Amino acid sequence: MKIDSEILRRWADTKPGVMAWRNDFPILRQEVHGKPLVYLDNAATTQKPQAVIDAESEYYRCINANVHRGVHALSQRATDDFEAARNKVRHFMNAAHSEEIIFVRGTTEAINLVAQSYARPRLQPGDEILISAMEHHSNIVPWQMVCEQTGATLKVVPIDDAGEFMFDAYAQLLNARTKLVAVTHLSNALGTIAPVERIIELAHAHDVPVLLDGAQAISHLRVDVRQLDCDFYAFSGHKIFGPTGIGALYGKAALLNAMPPYQGGGDMIRVVAFEKTQYNDLPYKFEAGTPNIAGAIGLGAALDYVSTIGIDAIAAHESALLAYATDLVSDIPGLRIIGAAPHKASILSFTLDGIHPHDIGTILDRAGIAIRAGHHCAMPVMQRFHVAGTARASFALYNTHAEVDALVAGLREVQEMFQP
Amino acid sequence: MNDLRELYQEVIFDHYRKPRNCHALGCANHKAEGYNPLCGDQVTVYLKVEDDIIQDLSFEGAGCAISTASASLMTEALKGRKVAEVEHLFDDFHHMVTDAQTVPHPALGKLEVLAGVREFPARIKCATLAWHTLHAALKDQRTPVKTE
Repeated sequence: MKIDSEILRRWADTKPGVMAWRNDFPILRQEVHGKPLVYLDNAATTQKPQAVIDAESEYYRCINANVHRGVHALSQRATDDFEAARNKVRHFMNAAHSEEIIFVRGTTEAINLVAQSYARPRLQPGDEILISAMEHHSNIVPWQMVCEQTGATLKVVPIDDAGEFMFDAYAQLLNARTKLVAVTHLSNALGTIAPVERIIELAHAHDVPVLLDGAQAISHLRVDVRQLDCDFYAFSGHKIFGPTGIGALYGKAALLNAMPPYQGGGDMIRVVAFEKTQYNDLPYKFEAGTPNIAGAIGLGAALDYVSTIGIDAIAAHESALLAYATDLVSDIPGLRIIGAAPHKASILSFTLDGIHPHDIGTILDRAGIAIRAGHHCAMPVMQRFHVAGTARASFALYNTHAEVDALVAGLREVQEMFQP
Repeated sequence: MNDLRELYQEVIFDHYRKPRNCHALGCANHKAEGYNPLCGDQVTVYLKVEDDIIQDLSFEGAGCAISTASASLMTEALKGRKVAEVEHLFDDFHHMVTDAQTVPHPALGKLEVLAGVREFPARIKCATLAWHTLHAALKDQRTPVKTE
């Protein structure tokens, strides 16, 4: 078994793709505490390829101007590049129209936008919003807030001991009072891939729209909003090798058109008079104020980067890494994997008997290995599994089998230190 | 690796595995809860104060090696101390775990084993959680103490 793994590892890491991809990320060429950096905190944020860094700095060096206004050359270029970035997002998600892509700060803002502009005006006391038990806080709290504002109720689809979405319970919970379903596409704490196609199909059979939280999924799974037929899809640029502070909300044009603006200000209006203001068309109606232009352009470059490699090639590599890591850590005595759904991607969450995740994180850090320790902004998931927190290794396209070996060696060191 | 050994000393492991005074205190007349939102660690500190002297104290809660050992060592160090003395010790302790230039104050005694924390900025809050909670208990603060 071990010999096979060794051969597999050597073979996998010498494949031309991974090492070339790795070279695209300058930050990875450094030592941390005197050890080569092993960055396994990709679910928190991903590193940026040179192409994204260049796109942002090129924008500030040569293009910077405000968009959608000036008549001068730079403003036109900035507008063209900003709108080209929107079209790249549209293309990446296979949305039908670019006005269905709203630039936002990230997944959190996208979900808050839907909660306040779509749900809030529609919700009546007694109505229900349906989420799952494996949501990130950002797909819980905006709904709690809108429920408080409207008298609606938040309902939660349970997950089983493997961390799987319980579809039968979902079918039971979906009813005439349900006004919206909001679920994660890929759980950040467990790695579970939710059965989103079936979730959407059943919700639509009840005439209920569905929002997918794609913060994790976007860089690991193929996202085709038309094939999924989801009504809203939210993601953050920084989780897919783009800058922080930029993300996108996809929404079906018919739904977005019927929604009031989220924030008021410049760019989102057509005519302003003190008597009455006319709002702008999609997507600008939802983009008040000067947007994160450089961020959008950087995000466009990140999506180009991912498309050049191909999301399927990335998914295949990460799935091999996750299988390899799962196999190796399963041999570590006292290690419990949290989240063992058959359909998983990129995330390995675990606990070690008698050792707090923070201590694991500190000791691994001194070996140059960056992981996340804690509740991963998913405290209800931690409660479900009766743990205060977990240690989480999360993979991206530039991670190697050798890095998984380093993680496993690091975990053995942690155990050695804690041995009585 | 050396600063790791400095942080995770045998005394720390000993107090993590066998925390002292780790239980509720029936006769307590002061109590407070502390919470570290970063990691979810929670601690409750119980105090029995009479004539401005800490007659007894204890803690409850689950946490990492550093926070558990720190709470345990704190309860051992403070039993029988005057309340005024405790405030000074907290100051000295805080300096020791945050400022690499400080030579630990001799009054800290056994608490000096936690000096290694200062090389790990992300873990300072683990070491100080119990102390902040103790401070709140002395002031009878009702809302839980947060480290951030």
